[in-house]
Amino acid sequence: MAVFGTIEWAKAFMEAINASKAYEDAATTWEGDFYFILEPGGAVKEPGYQYVDLWHGKCRKVDVVTASEKDKYKPEFILQASIATWRKVAEKKVDPIQAIVTRQLKLTGNMGKIMRAVKAAQELVNCVTKVQTEYPE
Amino acid sequence: MQFFGVPFTVFGDDSLQYLNTILGKRAFIVTDRNIVSLGLVDLVGAELKQANIEYKVFDEVEPDPSIETVVKAAGIAKDFKPDWVIGLGGGSSMDASKSTLVCYAAGIGPLDLAPSTFYDLRATAKLMCIPTTSGTGSEATWAIVLTDVAGQRKVSLGSYETLPDIAILDPRMVMSMPPQITGDTGMDALCHAIEGYVSTWRSLFTDGPGLMAIKLVFENLKKAFDNGKDEDARKAMMCAASMAGTSCTNGMFGLGHSTGHAIGGLFHTPHGRAVGLYLPYTMEYLINGSEETAARYAEIARFCNISRDNDDKKCAKALVDAVRKLAKSVGQPLAFKDTNIKREEYIKQMEGLIDRSINELMTSAISRVPESEDLEKLFTYAYDGKPVDF
Repeated sequence: MAVFGTIEWAKAFMEAINASKAYEDAATTWEGDFYFILEPGGAVKEPGYQYVDLWHGKCRKVDVVTASEKDKYKPEFILQASIATWRKVAEKKVDPIQAIVTRQLKLTGNMGKIMRAVKAAQELVNCVTKVQTEYPE
Repeated sequence: MQFFGVPFTVFGDDSLQYLNTILGKRAFIVTDRNIVSLGLVDLVGAELKQANIEYKVFDEVEPDPSIETVVKAAGIAKDFKPDWVIGLGGGSSMDASKSTLVCYAAGIGPLDLAPSTFYDLRATAKLMCIPTTSGTGSEATWAIVLTDVAGQRKVSLGSYETLPDIAILDPRMVMSMPPQITGDTGMDALCHAIEGYVSTWRSLFTDGPGLMAIKLVFENLKKAFDNGKDEDARKAMMCAASMAGTSCTNGMFGLGHSTGHAIGGLFHTPHGRAVGLYLPYTMEYLINGSEETAARYAEIARFCNISRDNDDKKCAKALVDAVRKLAKSVGQPLAFKDTNIKREEYIKQMEGLIDRSINELMTSAISRVPESEDLEKLFTYAYDGKPVDF
């Protein structure tokens, strides 16, 4: 069991992605890296920046940095939400694209590119569900 | 958290006169040359003049508008500095107007629109849509569909800021619509309403307009197709299209749209004809694998007096039969083989059809999400006109 937003969780997520044939098939042409930002609130005192580099159906790198280290990466996409929203997406209670459209999940980056990779986005969420996750309460 | 948004909607006789009451200095009309030649731009222009609003017309919108067209329109708008952007026409012109507003007011490219970003577009200009067809419902939606010409695919975009402020449904704008376009676009409205009603993104707010739109289409589309001068049928279809748009934009479209978009991107089949053709096949697919959706179809069938059977599946299948019967009565092909696309040409594009369908947002908003194998079968059955049995 890994706590969401920690490097242990990020590494488990990377393993889940790289073990997923469904994600690999859906994201064969995908090239793009992300910051998944956990907004402060409740048990989350400081914003957390989780870096995920996705390339041709595989995850090449993950990292977790603090707000003061955020310039370490310049990802193409940023997705930002509260822990409650991340949990709803991870537990498939809300579709990730629906969360973006309803502004629960804030996206910075080329929406057109994301909208051409809907299947890959869904498979990515399927990978999240495979990680034994504990959420900061 | 869910939202429900709808434009301020003006409808009925002489609705265009509402333009007299709006405040502004300059309006940028995004339309196509056919609408200009029909004199419909003049009708709008005359009302704008009375309101002392200067206007400029961009009439270069093509069917399935490209990203390049929108960029060009936005460039002209930037020089003209309008405080209103008006989409006048069918779905292509209205969608292009939304994207034009985004590029002009936010200073970004069409594909850079992020739904989670607040651009404050209204600080620069407001958005109005005036439909000249009854089907797309774009006047009531925030959805934008553009064509990536190089990639031969349609790109769906949108944000709550691209929901028009005002929609004007004046029956004069649709009275000259030819039967073929009446049929094509009417099937689009039916597809929006049915797919919105069964979407997994639906809400209590979307159910009402969805159901009413379906009933109105079943009662009026054939009448409008047979007699374009039937004002009551035309008015009912205008309202149905907007209600259907309201339903699906606050819910979501479905598999008929994602397969239809794929067809449109690769074969340039008119949008309404494509989605209308695939709708019954995708409905059968959902009935076969989702009790939840079959029950929703049954509710529609009962509400529209299509079937009173207590068995949901029988009721749902009666709805599919009714959709096919209506489509046939308004000149629609019931199988893709009935279009002029040869089978080998169709099969050759199968990989592209599947890739485009599976990567459409709508494909994820249904209760039975198909994988590639099922999509291949669906496309094959729809070409051959074979009822879906899997």
